[in-house]
Amino acid sequence: MKELIKVRDLNLHFKELHVLKSINMEIYDKTVTSVIGPSGCGKSTYLRCFNRMNDLKDAAIDGEIILDEENIYSRATDVTSLRMKVGMVFQKPNPFPKSIFENTAFGLKIQGKMKGSEIEGRVEQSLRDVWLWDEVKDRLKDSAMSLSGGQQQRLCMARALATNPEIILLDEPTSALDPRSTNKIEELCVELKKEVTILIVTHNIAQAARISDYTAFLYLGELVEYGETKLMFTVPKDKKTEEYISGKFG
Amino acid sequence: MKKRKILEFAGEWALKLSVGISLAFLFLFLFMIFSKGAGRLSISFLTQMPKNGMTEGGIFPAIIGTLSLTLLSMLIAFPLGVLSGIFLSEYGKPAWLVSIIKTSINTLSGTPSIVFGLFGLSVFVIGFNMGVSILSGSLTLAVLILPIIINATVESIKSVPFDFREAAFSLGATKRQVITRVILPAAAPGILTGSIISVGRAAGETAPILFTAATFYTRRLPKSVMDEVMAMPYHIYALMTEGTAPESQVPIAYGTAVVLLLLVLIINGTAILIRYRMRKRRNW
Repeated sequence: MKELIKVRDLNLHFKELHVLKSINMEIYDKTVTSVIGPSGCGKSTYLRCFNRMNDLKDAAIDGEIILDEENIYSRATDVTSLRMKVGMVFQKPNPFPKSIFENTAFGLKIQGKMKGSEIEGRVEQSLRDVWLWDEVKDRLKDSAMSLSGGQQQRLCMARALATNPEIILLDEPTSALDPRSTNKIEELCVELKKEVTILIVTHNIAQAARISDYTAFLYLGELVEYGETKLMFTVPKDKKTEEYISGKFG
Repeated sequence: MKKRKILEFAGEWALKLSVGISLAFLFLFLFMIFSKGAGRLSISFLTQMPKNGMTEGGIFPAIIGTLSLTLLSMLIAFPLGVLSGIFLSEYGKPAWLVSIIKTSINTLSGTPSIVFGLFGLSVFVIGFNMGVSILSGSLTLAVLILPIIINATVESIKSVPFDFREAAFSLGATKRQVITRVILPAAAPGILTGSIISVGRAAGETAPILFTAATFYTRRLPKSVMDEVMAMPYHIYALMTEGTAPESQVPIAYGTAVVLLLLVLIINGTAILIRYRMRKRRNW
């Protein structure tokens, strides 16, 4: 397995609060890796380290995250191009109050490199990738707000995929969705990992077991255990992990 | 049990009575102005110069004066106000300083308008040597409506959900792109409504233009922004206080009031329409 990302001794503080504690781990190319742990363990904050979204919240970060041989926290990093390489989908579907087309094309348009016809092609491809094309192809000009919650979330995935990122970060993407939409997103993750590496935060342990190749268990800001999902869910090494995945706390 | 019923009944009627009295004042107001002034309205009233020492003729120069003052003050205050509002909401630091600035702006918008008139006189008319002119008056009005526009901008931007910003940043947008492509489109209805209402305010104010732009009587139209002008609110004031022939001038004053009222009504109506149409499109 090729290592795509290396996390080295990552620490994060919000003011006095030590949220992430010396995390080391590797994320493998074209896999689904899930991050699990009880509420408040820092898993969402951890996810946001990979596209530097914590910059918006004045977090103090030391350590390294190495992507494509470069530390994304080095001074030379251009945050906006990093975020085009590392897409993100949020807990609550958050399409812009614009048309379905404009939503999907947003990332391409702000790059300003592509012509209109190229953008159209890419929009169609992204919407096909998330199985939304057939549902929306006749109403691309309609507001994204007219879609159902599940469709909106898939639109957000298409929006993130449109710029051809290497990694997609999913922050509890199904917690606001009904079971059917949840299923669809899960199947989609398994399908999409042929093209893109997926890092997903979930509070749903069963979901992690269903879709991920690797699982990281985070507890009180520490990476307690990390390894292949199959192994971790059958023979967890750490007692805390065992208790958490068997539902003893959370 | 009985006492509660009486209180219920009395409470409801106190509310109804209050609304009734308020509405009565409103209708009385409209009735008085329109009954005294509507009779003057005609095409020639709107398009002719005043004649015979303002005892006859129309109010064309006053309409032109009010329109040019309003338009120019908007051209100055709108970009300035919106850009300041964006800075205060998105860039301003530290937070305590921004909040002091916002409070000052709020206080400024509560200042009596005659004070703005004095300010305009000393700064624009005398200080910058612009004389009594459309430019001085417009600048004074611009200072008056600036806080309204800044406030409208700050409040509208505040109401844009954080989700949109986050989504835009996560797609690699720069701060400028987040503002121009996501925040401003979403905040536009609020900014526009607030600004259009300030247009109505600018059109109707008398005190700020009293010393800075308005003239009692002129037979010609302004040739440049450095000319003084007649303006509707001041025209009313002048006719009612300094007129020499009240029996023919008072009706002209009421006629002018009706025109001014209709103008403000049209402006505010436009604002409501814009807000309604844009709100229908947005649904978050």
